Amino acid sequence: MTPAEIRNEILDILEDIAPDEDLSGLKDEVAFRDQLELDSMDFLDIVMELRKRHRVQIPEESYGELASMQSTVTYLEPLMKDLQKA
Amino acid sequence: MPRDFLEGAKDEYDVVVIGSGLGGLTTANVLGRAGYSVLLLEQHYKLGGMATWFKRPTGHIFDISLHGFPAGMIKSCRRYWTREIADSIVQIKNIRFDNPMFSLTTTYNRDDFTRLLTESFGIAPEAIKSFFETARGMNFYDDQSTTTGELFEKFFPGREDVVRLLMEPIVYANGSTLEDPAITYGIVFSNFMSKGVFTFQGGTDRLIGLMQEELINNEIDIRIRCHVDRIHVKNDSVAAVEVNGRTIRTRAVVSNANLKTTILKMVGEEHFDQSFVDAVQETRLNNSSTQVYMALKPNERIDESTGDLLFSSTAREFRTDLLLSRDISSRTYSFYYPNTRPNERPRCLVVSSTNANYKDWSGLSPEEYEASKQDLIETTLDAIEKYVPNMRERVSHVEASTPITFEHYTKHVAGASFGTKFEGLAVSRDLPEQVAGLYHAGSVGIIMSGWLGAINYGVIVANAVDGMLMKSAELPNPIAKESISNS
Repeated sequence: MTPAEIRNEILDILEDIAPDEDLSGLKDEVAFRDQLELDSMDFLDIVMELRKRHRVQIPEESYGELASMQSTVTYLEPLMKDLQKA
Repeated sequence: MPRDFLEGAKDEYDVVVIGSGLGGLTTANVLGRAGYSVLLLEQHYKLGGMATWFKRPTGHIFDISLHGFPAGMIKSCRRYWTREIADSIVQIKNIRFDNPMFSLTTTYNRDDFTRLLTESFGIAPEAIKSFFETARGMNFYDDQSTTTGELFEKFFPGREDVVRLLMEPIVYANGSTLEDPAITYGIVFSNFMSKGVFTFQGGTDRLIGLMQEELINNEIDIRIRCHVDRIHVKNDSVAAVEVNGRTIRTRAVVSNANLKTTILKMVGEEHFDQSFVDAVQETRLNNSSTQVYMALKPNERIDESTGDLLFSSTAREFRTDLLLSRDISSRTYSFYYPNTRPNERPRCLVVSSTNANYKDWSGLSPEEYEASKQDLIETTLDAIEKYVPNMRERVSHVEASTPITFEHYTKHVAGASFGTKFEGLAVSRDLPEQVAGLYHAGSVGIIMSGWLGAINYGVIVANAVDGMLMKSAELPNPIAKESISNS
């Protein structure tokens, strides 16, 4: 998957996790938590969803990498580059 | 011949969950829904653990721990349980405080607390904002060096009254103290402050009933009256559980039983590193509780303005040791009005809860124990008089539970009603590094306790188990199959 495809995938997951949030104006370089009502369980849901959908395993010490869209895509790129888009 | 509570159970499951508190129930549900075969074993005849209730023939149903939890329960129940469960969660709006420092009523959310702290306590709005933001930024995986007491001292130096307002309800919710790490306070406090305090309409019995239905939908094999004696370990991995005389093989065990019991009794210390066993031995249990259950006569009503939750204290200062003392000065009253169970006979009930030390109740002779229990009932009836006049004439039935009662029903060491202190969290989370496939999901470290904490910890552990089973699977497991077929 390309960085753009990974970004779309994260957006798709976020839509499920935070159905009441407007994601259209999301700023990639700003922390999710400063723009959306997310708590640590929401980040865990992102982790679980990525494993379920793509078998990507994110160890807990790396959960901090999911702080913003930009850092998430940067972190996931090497893990997901060989995956085909569903 | 005694009934076989394991009749028809298989010889092997992907996961065995020991204990059906809200943490165990949720782990079982999340893993069952993901397609694993799950066996859920409960030693008692009822599911729910401390999320429990009991009925009396007069039409009264007492809830042990129903009031109240944060709004986050709605989201967690919707995601990890069902829409019906989530939709039955309603706010309780009258939270009262009455102590020698202040008396007030609040909806217990950030807006109302900001108003109270500014208007009644004279705190600068910037300090309040900064405190709320610090608390809200805390994560369960953050550092644990700052204590709750230090956190308060930083934002509200010397203000014992503010500390009391901010701390007393959290002590009730999860047994946390000023000496515990600040994250144990901040996460729980922020959870409440986001929207206020909530309860489950229909009562604990309805909640657990709905959860049981959902577990059955997800094909979890539920067995009550099944006490696990041993967890078998082979080659540093979980191999089986020994229960009611049977040995059932499994790839993962999630214990929702007490952390220390799980490690020291069910597995046995010989399977762990010495340094880990030392850490387990040093893990402190959390306190226990006493409760007094008061049933009002069928036609008696308490005015709802009396409140839903009332934190009352006659102590001049706020100290952890005073909260635990047998010489009770602090009581938290949960008032249950007929709308708690709209479909049952209309009844009013009050449950008075106080945190307590096990040792104040364990060494007594049967006569002393009964006398102490009766004293607990009498002093509580005296104390509630201030809020519900003529209570003695209006009740049809009063009884009490003590740390011994909690120990009897939950099998938790020393009747601990909030699991272990914060150091238990590291022990709980490091278990699978000691024995592959061994997990614990139960009240530890205070963060992971209370109804919401227990459910969320159940999810966190289910996530870890799923990751492990997926990694170790020789054959693709159901989740893996699903994602392969999708791609």
